[in-house]
Amino acid sequence: MVDIRNISKSFGRNQVLKDLSLNITQEGVTAILGPNGSGKTTLLKCILGLTIPDRGNITVHGRDIRKDVKYREDLDYLPQIADFPANLKVRELIKMIGELRHRTTRENELIRFFELQPFLDKKLGTLSGGTRQKVNLVLAFMFNSPLVILDEPSSGLDPVSLLRLKQWIHEEKEQGKVILLTSHIMSLVEEIAENIVFLLDGKIYFSGTIARLRSETEEQNLEHAIAALLSGKCLVR
Amino acid sequence: MILLIPPAVYGQKTEVCNTCQTRTITGAIKKAAPFDTIVVKPGTYREFNIGITKPLTIIGEGNPVIDGENKGEIITVQSDHVTIDGFTIVNVGTSYTTDYAAVRVVKSRHFNIRNNTLRKLFFGIYLEKSAEGKVVNNTIAGDAVNEYNSGNGIQLWYSRKVEVTGNTVQNVRDGIYLEFSDDIAISHNKSTGNLRYGLHFMFSNNDIYTDNLFENNGSGVAVMFSKFIKMHRNTFRKNWGPSSYGLLLKEITDSELSHNTFENNTSGIHAEGISRVTFTENDFADNGYAVKVRGACYHNTFSHNNFLYNTFDLSYSGHINENSFNSNYWSDYRGYDLDRDGTGDVPYRPVKLFSYMTGQVPEAIVLLRSTFVGLLDFSEKVSPVFTPAGLLDHTPEMKKNTW
Amino acid sequence: MLKIIKYSFFDLLRSKWSYVYFLFYLLLGSVLLFLNNDLSGAVITLMNVNIILVPLIATVFGVMYYYNSGEFTILLLAQPVRRRTVFTGQYLGIAGSLALSLVLGLGIPFAAYGLFRSAAIWDFAVLLLTGVALTFIFTLLAFNIALSNENRIKGFGYAILLWLLLAIAYDGIFLLLLAHFQEYPLERFALTATVLNPVDLARILILLKLDISALMGYTGAVFKQFFGTGAGSLLSGLVLLLWIFVPLWWLQKSARKKDF
Repeated sequence: MVDIRNISKSFGRNQVLKDLSLNITQEGVTAILGPNGSGKTTLLKCILGLTIPDRGNITVHGRDIRKDVKYREDLDYLPQIADFPANLKVRELIKMIGELRHRTTRENELIRFFELQPFLDKKLGTLSGGTRQKVNLVLAFMFNSPLVILDEPSSGLDPVSLLRLKQWIHEEKEQGKVILLTSHIMSLVEEIAENIVFLLDGKIYFSGTIARLRSETEEQNLEHAIAALLSGKCLVR
Repeated sequence: MILLIPPAVYGQKTEVCNTCQTRTITGAIKKAAPFDTIVVKPGTYREFNIGITKPLTIIGEGNPVIDGENKGEIITVQSDHVTIDGFTIVNVGTSYTTDYAAVRVVKSRHFNIRNNTLRKLFFGIYLEKSAEGKVVNNTIAGDAVNEYNSGNGIQLWYSRKVEVTGNTVQNVRDGIYLEFSDDIAISHNKSTGNLRYGLHFMFSNNDIYTDNLFENNGSGVAVMFSKFIKMHRNTFRKNWGPSSYGLLLKEITDSELSHNTFENNTSGIHAEGISRVTFTENDFADNGYAVKVRGACYHNTFSHNNFLYNTFDLSYSGHINENSFNSNYWSDYRGYDLDRDGTGDVPYRPVKLFSYMTGQVPEAIVLLRSTFVGLLDFSEKVSPVFTPAGLLDHTPEMKKNTW
Repeated sequence: MLKIIKYSFFDLLRSKWSYVYFLFYLLLGSVLLFLNNDLSGAVITLMNVNIILVPLIATVFGVMYYYNSGEFTILLLAQPVRRRTVFTGQYLGIAGSLALSLVLGLGIPFAAYGLFRSAAIWDFAVLLLTGVALTFIFTLLAFNIALSNENRIKGFGYAILLWLLLAIAYDGIFLLLLAHFQEYPLERFALTATVLNPVDLARILILLKLDISALMGYTGAVFKQFFGTGAGSLLSGLVLLLWIFVPLWWLQKSARKKDF
């Protein structure tokens, strides 16, 4: 699904990704974890074509992402910060993003699911952070693409909405989708992810299932397992 | 007693037409006795060198045409008390040695040239050493292209006490030209589209011109080397061109200008060597330069005029100001009137630094009204360096002057 | 691209700043016309606004909009849309809404004044046309600067500096050069320098309608001859278009390489 080969990226003198390779084909949720500045967001942005690697290739669905932008027809993205044009109405924004792709959308289902109906005719600038995040989620899931990239999906959500989000991701998994996400909330990761990619200083320190991570670090708790990875800094394959 | 009664009442009446006994104007004149009246009926009369040497009234009825067929001068008057009324006179001969005219008046008095239409001409009406006559309501339409082979519409040479009223002169060299002619009254004429000047004065004194319109002439109106001239209620418009102006005043003394309108001229007034001239209650609107003052201008007064939206109100050469400006209305004035006496509390400085600069570097005109130039002008206004420091209107009006 | 133009246009059209901008022009136009009661005076004041304020506002709005919509731009870029489409669309959206505020804000009072039946309509048309051109040019320059500066303070600084340079400093340098080389024939230089700066070009095009008398004098005749002919107006139009197309090409080029 996503094949990353030997990509490197530096911003000025700061090398963020160092000859990184990763192949994601497994269905379900793959969580990309790592401390701040480890290159998680850069990696996701490389896949999205937002950041251009200095070296290396990325293919999505077997298509070289540098060649053209069509691969993003089958790729959904939830940005970390839900910031939209303040003077558009929720309805208009959803319509606008929907019109950018040539496919059917399922926004009505999502609007009902996240209970956004009362806000449809409000301007985006007047919404609370949590509601904005819900709009963000609608925009991300409405195209029903086989590959979904979520950057901190839980930020700003109240417990009820978070529960719904988990439920939604669960249903997506059942459909056999590939979901890539980053999160700082380990409990969430533990709950919904099958696979972990651990990044540190632009390199992959671990890539595999949660079960494998537990057994290799001999830690049952995910947070402790991550801590063990950090302190050991050993490359576990 | 008899002399005071108009002679025409006494005279015999002769008719001229193509089928009459007398078929030419020349013939009729030859037969006529002094103070007779000759009535010319409609038709075309191919005649030139028509000499009038006795007092006669010649009237064209129904607009007869006298066609000179480009052979030379058409009518020459050499007698007092001659009236020429109602003719269309065409095809005056052109010559490089003789100034042929449609109508020439030589050394005569009490003439009256009126209601004639002159076309295809060299010189139009030429008054030579004549006096106490009238040129009224004539229409002179030339087709001049070059200055060197065209003549003037109405020319006065060594003449006195003549009234030039209600004439329309267009497309000749100078619309009206005066040389060595005094006590002339020029009023209600329209002089437009002429190659050189609408009105041109040389060495003529004590003249008055009022209520005339001068528009679109090569370089406006020129009044030169004269004194005691009165200029009232005239309009000077649209005199555009690299060296064009509404009114050129050169070597003029003791004269008056009031209630004139100068609008849309490259320069409204261009003054050089003038003294004791008063400019009162004139309108200067939308000119490039409203007034350009060049060297040797002393004791002139500009008061109660309106300066409206000119690019430059005043351009000055030199650092010394010997002229006075007071109680004018300047549309560019940005001062205030706290004591409410109708005049601004801060003096107005009509010369801008930028007008000085364009004098030095003409190309700088492309920067007209740019922000940078605005800043320069402002700093010069605060502390004058390049423009005459004493050149101020201390009593700028807050409202337009009316009269 | 049309969709992106449409939505950023609508977004901006509803922003309070658009209203402020629109109301400012409405007020300015009305005050100038109805209190002053003089058309040529009003048009001159408006020309000053045109060559100072319009570029400044376009610059500030351009930079502000770019920085404020950064996150949303990233969302758009993650869609199957080309980068140049996104940026060109956003640019046209903002420039279009600014131009609309300008045209309506000035147009309404002038229409109410009965301008469309008067002869001054062409002066006014040139005023609006150059205002619109300057809006498009300066918004685009601002977009370019913002795109290549992540740091907002720097971006704002450079954009204001560019405005200062084109709207004011350029003429100062120009005048200095004219004064310094006054012994030489300068007409060609003056013409070229005028044509190259969009602010100067806009000013001259309006002046040709207004201060025709002054421009007709002296060398002014040369400029009148140049700009008055078909070839001159064509060239002026072409230069204004170049000021849009070259930065637009540059914007698309730098957008292609940029990391978000």
